[in-house]
Amino acid sequence: MEIIQVVGIGIIVTFLVLVLKEQKPVFAFLLATFTGIIIFIALAGKIAEVIRVLEHLATQAHVNNLFFETILKIVGIAYIAEFGAQVTRDAGQGSIASKIEMAGKLLIMVMAIPIITVIIETIVQILPA
Amino acid sequence: MPYNVDAVFQIAGIGIIVAMIHTVLKQMGKEDFAHWVTLFGFGVVLFMIAMLIQDLFQTIKNVFLFRS
Repeated sequence: MEIIQVVGIGIIVTFLVLVLKEQKPVFAFLLATFTGIIIFIALAGKIAEVIRVLEHLATQAHVNNLFFETILKIVGIAYIAEFGAQVTRDAGQGSIASKIEMAGKLLIMVMAIPIITVIIETIVQILPA
Repeated sequence: MPYNVDAVFQIAGIGIIVAMIHTVLKQMGKEDFAHWVTLFGFGVVLFMIAMLIQDLFQTIKNVFLFRS
């Protein structure tokens, strides 16, 4: 029952932040960041198990390793960028959050280029010359 | 929850105590001293969070970006 623990810590931290925000807003912000990181790390183990299973299935199905690895990296980049953007937006810096999201999108596009190249080459081979 | 939830209460406690000390020092008329106390508390909490963020990024790297 991980969900009860996560919800419990969320509610407790919400109260603490409410108390702390009156006195020192900086500490309230740091506390919220800290809680976000704790929840994420607690969930990372679960995600790792799912990914191990997916990797096993992909190896059994003889999927090209490049595709699988690229997709995993894209998911990782998306998580990190989302986390950073949320933290920055919590601190009231919406413009920096937008830049972080833009960087995440750009890096994902760069990582997807090999796959797109493969697809386009396949289509060009299929098409009659 | 494998992680030390105690740190949450530590941070909240540090914040409340620093706010208290800040108020007391301000009442005593030592403004710059109060600001130094706030800065010190902020540095301590920031150090804790930086350690945890390093841990988080390492975990994400191990989970998602393995074999790189």
